Amino acid sequence: MNRRTHPLVAAIETAFAWALGLAWLAPLLYAVWTAFHPPAFATRFDLGAPLTLENFHRAWEAAPFARYFLNTVVIVALIVASQIVLGTLAAFALARFTFRGRDLLFAVILLQLMIAPEILAVANYRTMKALGAVDTIWGIVLPYLTSAFGIFLLRQTFRTVPQDLEDAARIEGCGTLGVLWRVYVPAARPVHLAYGLVQASWHWNNFLWPLIITNSVENRPLTVGLSVFASVDQGIDWSVITAATLMTSAPLLLAFLVFQRRFVQSFMSAGLR
Amino acid sequence: MRAPSRSDMPETGRSFGPFRSPRLRTVEAWLLLLPSVVLFAAFTHLPFVRTFVDAFFSTPKGRRPSHFVGLDNWSDLAHDPIFWKVLINNTWYALGTIPLSVGIALVMALWVNGRIPGRGLLRMAYFTPTVLPMIAVADIWLFFYTPDYGLFDQIRGLFGFAATNRLGDPSSALVAVMVVAVWKEAGFFMIFYLAALQQIPPDLRDAAAIEGASRFAFFRRVIWPLLMPVTLFVLVNAVINAFRTVDHIFMMTGGGPDNATNLLLFRLYELGFKFWDQGQASALTVVLIAVLSTLALVQFLIAGRGVHYR
Repeated sequence: MNRRTHPLVAAIETAFAWALGLAWLAPLLYAVWTAFHPPAFATRFDLGAPLTLENFHRAWEAAPFARYFLNTVVIVALIVASQIVLGTLAAFALARFTFRGRDLLFAVILLQLMIAPEILAVANYRTMKALGAVDTIWGIVLPYLTSAFGIFLLRQTFRTVPQDLEDAARIEGCGTLGVLWRVYVPAARPVHLAYGLVQASWHWNNFLWPLIITNSVENRPLTVGLSVFASVDQGIDWSVITAATLMTSAPLLLAFLVFQRRFVQSFMSAGLR
Repeated sequence: MRAPSRSDMPETGRSFGPFRSPRLRTVEAWLLLLPSVVLFAAFTHLPFVRTFVDAFFSTPKGRRPSHFVGLDNWSDLAHDPIFWKVLINNTWYALGTIPLSVGIALVMALWVNGRIPGRGLLRMAYFTPTVLPMIAVADIWLFFYTPDYGLFDQIRGLFGFAATNRLGDPSSALVAVMVVAVWKEAGFFMIFYLAALQQIPPDLRDAAAIEGASRFAFFRRVIWPLLMPVTLFVLVNAVINAFRTVDHIFMMTGGGPDNATNLLLFRLYELGFKFWDQGQASALTVVLIAVLSTLALVQFLIAGRGVHYR
């Protein structure tokens, strides 16, 4: 706030800022309240209400959440690892090699920024059918194994690495992969981390394509499992639904609380530049 | 890829990198690119082309394979009142959510970049929706909107207002889902503004203070122009999201009541995977792609002037 701001104006601004903050936190606060109290208090605020974990227990029993968790973890790990490795290789080629058609290729790759895999769901579903990948973990991850955004980001980073460093490594006897590993990968570590965090949270939350391509408990990720659980199984038992909701979000939420600064910084650096 | 032998040494053309023949470098580059190029081709570019072709073919039914039907899918789409409704809905959805979420994001960023009390906590509060799964928070919002028991109606009840059914009423349902989208996205966009604000040198503020510039003038003349590249970046994202964020529709309304909250991507899902109408769904995909590319082009031409990315 500016030094010359009138104290009253500053106070009003603070009040507005906090009102907005409260509104932004309200759904989470409500979920925590309802999930940890007996159903009788789902719609009633009472400081004396007893705390309970019963809702979590019932949610866990009512649907195969353990399986959903496992699926989501596997999916996120596969996607993030693959995007980082393949993105690094491709970005290196686009940033530091000169060959005919390079710029055109880069432009064609960037098309994916706009046309996400879920927009092409109908055609991709047919491809998966042909590959026999419908209702498999592979069916979920295949369209996401490489990403134009990641390549774009890493290419920008690699271009800022001084060419002299590469030359020095070459003189030391490094081959192309050696140069990539010894010079470029260390330089891109913050970007890798930032990008990895952003993608992990994005794919933990991804819903539409997994919904389309899976139809069995064995392969559903958490988001799809939660939607099935909340819409079919539970009627309107808000306590159990909010407990399931919190379970689904908990790992990301905890990671966010623990690594808050890192997380926010990651989103910043992954978006800019 | 082999280690360079000493015989490679004399080559020092900088643009090709030292020690390597251009041809070898080209082969290496393509090898590095190969996995990504194959995946892009298989799941983005070929499906993209295929969608355009499918839009002119019928949907295979039982033993009858797909055959060329010319413009049938397109005329069906054009005669489908739901298509037009969905297109209009999505237009309103975009017009409502984009400026609101970007505007709120900017205000949030200015607040948490200043010396407001509880800045760290506030920043966290604004950002939290970004890390929560949309499908999960849609559940909670669904409860907020519940007639009588929901949070909104309980608050209204305190002031003696009657119960409402926002999601059940076609006139208010779209606004209700737009609120959720704005809530989800504003904190995400805030981060980008915040990052940009933190890079503005403090001297500028001091200089403006010496000049006696008001806060508003300082913002309009100095901050806002400096934020232009971020605004463009955020806008591009916001536009894409306005056509891509439909998770909460599944949870909250299923596109209803009476298609009041049906959006292009949700309709695409219905046509493609509820009615399994491949021809119609392909035509609708083409429309969606056309909308997105037109908007991208417009943004590039209008906002791109004066904004420089390397």
